[in-house]
Amino acid sequence: MPEPVLAFLVAVGRRVRETARLMVGVPDYDAYVRHVRIKHPERTPMTYPEFFRERQEARFAAGRNGKCC
Amino acid sequence: MKPSRILSHLPWAALAVLGATALGVVALTRGETINALWMVIASVCVFLIGYRYYGLFLAHKVLQVDPGRMTPAHRFNDGLDYVPTNRYVLYGHHFAAIAGAGPLVGPVLAAQMGYLPGILWILAGVVFAGAVQDFIILFISTRRDGRSIGDLVKAELGPVPGVIALFGTFLIMVIILAVLALIVVKALTNSPWGTFMVGATIPIAILMGVYARYLRPGRIGEMSLIGFVLLMASIWFGKDVSASSFLSPLLTLDGKTLTWLLIGYGFVASVLPVWLLLAPRDYLSTFLKVGTIVGLAIGIAIVAPHLQMPPLTRFVDGTGPVWSGGLFPFLFITIACGSVSGFHALIASGTTPKMLDNERHAAFIGYGGMLMESFVAVMALVAASCIEPGIYFAMNTPLAVLGKTAESAAQAVTQMGFVVTPQQLVETARAVGENTIISRAGGAPTLAVGMAHILSGVLGGKVMMAFWYHFAILFEALFILTAVDAGTRSGRFMLQDLLGTFVPSFKRTEALIPNLVATALCVSAWGYFLYQGVVDPLGGINTLWPLFGVANQMLAAVALILATVVLVKMKRQRYAWVTAVPTVWLLACTLTAGWQKIFSANPKVGFLAQAAKFGDAAAKGQVLGPAKDLAQMHQIVVNNYIDAGMCGLFVLVVLAILAFGIRSVLKGLASPKPTACESEYQPMPDA
Repeated sequence: MPEPVLAFLVAVGRRVRETARLMVGVPDYDAYVRHVRIKHPERTPMTYPEFFRERQEARFAAGRNGKCC
Repeated sequence: MKPSRILSHLPWAALAVLGATALGVVALTRGETINALWMVIASVCVFLIGYRYYGLFLAHKVLQVDPGRMTPAHRFNDGLDYVPTNRYVLYGHHFAAIAGAGPLVGPVLAAQMGYLPGILWILAGVVFAGAVQDFIILFISTRRDGRSIGDLVKAELGPVPGVIALFGTFLIMVIILAVLALIVVKALTNSPWGTFMVGATIPIAILMGVYARYLRPGRIGEMSLIGFVLLMASIWFGKDVSASSFLSPLLTLDGKTLTWLLIGYGFVASVLPVWLLLAPRDYLSTFLKVGTIVGLAIGIAIVAPHLQMPPLTRFVDGTGPVWSGGLFPFLFITIACGSVSGFHALIASGTTPKMLDNERHAAFIGYGGMLMESFVAVMALVAASCIEPGIYFAMNTPLAVLGKTAESAAQAVTQMGFVVTPQQLVETARAVGENTIISRAGGAPTLAVGMAHILSGVLGGKVMMAFWYHFAILFEALFILTAVDAGTRSGRFMLQDLLGTFVPSFKRTEALIPNLVATALCVSAWGYFLYQGVVDPLGGINTLWPLFGVANQMLAAVALILATVVLVKMKRQRYAWVTAVPTVWLLACTLTAGWQKIFSANPKVGFLAQAAKFGDAAAKGQVLGPAKDLAQMHQIVVNNYIDAGMCGLFVLVVLAILAFGIRSVLKGLASPKPTACESEYQPMPDA
């Protein structure tokens, strides 16, 4: 397969994965780490398991709306 | 206009011609069946043209989205709740959040009038009302730090309407949970196969939950794959369970038993830690939902089924067996989600505005997301219309009309004018692996038969009919149960908030006693309506679905009133018709429907008339079916009074919001300057 096509397919695959994760309330972990590193260099970002747990709790926490009909 | 600009409209003109042709075939063909693809083509053309010419008109002329204005995702970026997100990724998130059982069930029920009224309302409703509401609420919330609809009503209309809107939302949630649970009960009654596989989702979800918490933390893909394989295995082995002489009678349950099981399940599931049951089930149901919707679209494109249901049936006069009441107003509340759904206003002011990268994406996500939801409704209408009308009516008519045997049911349906033989009913039941298909109201079984018809045409043929039927039932039951768990949890939080204003200790959501008390109250609220639906003389759906439709459309009216107020306060009143016209239409539908549901003299439509009918009979010592004694007769009377009261409350909520809305509009008009409460303007940071 030519390289640009392959690169394109990999990029699409990443987006699909990102979409599937966000559908269940887990945003992009790398973006989170990048954000903490740049904006709050004094903090240590959560590890991925911590991040996952935090997001899981937040999805069903108080003040969130349930699912649609 | 420059020639190049005119040229750019040419492909759209071609699309318009194609769409008009397809719509013409759908609307005007009489006496012979048409291919479902005409309906699909017509819908896709309407959606694309609606987006290009109306959605973008709203974005550029009415709302004047500003790509240079910073969105909450950038302003409050924390990498968690507020994250600037790729627009296609966010579209997927938004669609998964708004799509549910609503657009699947409503069109199935509406098919009793034929497919034509349903498809016309779906298309017109979504372009001019539903997608407009979702988009504008998303825009309004984005301009206000991603705040929720309750907060927005409070800020723009005042604190009292804010509380009224919150209270209304809680009532609507109760009705939604009850009607969703009723759909599951109706689908699983006397179905050991269905009961087994839906029950099996509980241990499967727990296994997934433990896996993703302790064994391989956060591996969503792995655990979902494991869950999916086990789920398919449970469908496969369900067949053996239904044939087993030991398990089959054990899992053949009546409606009342299933109701109690569901109520107990709802209570337990919503107090357990979310990682154990609720979250893994949510993952499974979300992926299965999106996957099945895609699969169904491919299936319809490959099989290209013919629509067996006539475009119009004689039941447009309001005497239909599935639900009672005339085309106006009841068609417009029966198909709620798919055309316009007030519940979406909660999502459009929930997580989505916090992740919007740029205002110019709002039309694609808000307007476009709703178009996709509407497409799901079109597919449900196709699935319901491609099965034999005789079978459709045998599945959806109350047992009291049909009688218990295939012979009596076939005779009753044939008398309605839809020829069907007892053999056809028995054979269809056998093909899908069920004991009977007679009077399986609620939409889910009918949709499952239609989906099995389509999906088995792609994969597996007749042999796989039963598998696909149960796959479709599982698909619906899974995300309905997720909605029940999650809804009970959010209902509990709302109640704790509400009760907390009187007893402050109730606000502590982590404390055990307030948690259990509020959960019990919430479960009893929807459990009451569910139980009442199961023992209802007209079959439950007949009573609860219109109540749900009225509630949902009234919430939409509230959202559109808010949008109108905001447009006026922004001094864009020359465009206020874009929300004012659909508001007037929704008010006309819901207030008429609300009035008829309470006061109609026809006991099949009016709650008070039904109460009077059973009350009079009880006074004379008579017992009317399905009541078995006088105590049950009195219960039916009480139930109908409560339903009438609930309906009256919805009407009062919407009238109150309307009054406050008009007050705010007048104030906004009188002010020489814009008065909308937007967050302060900040320019978009450089990338």
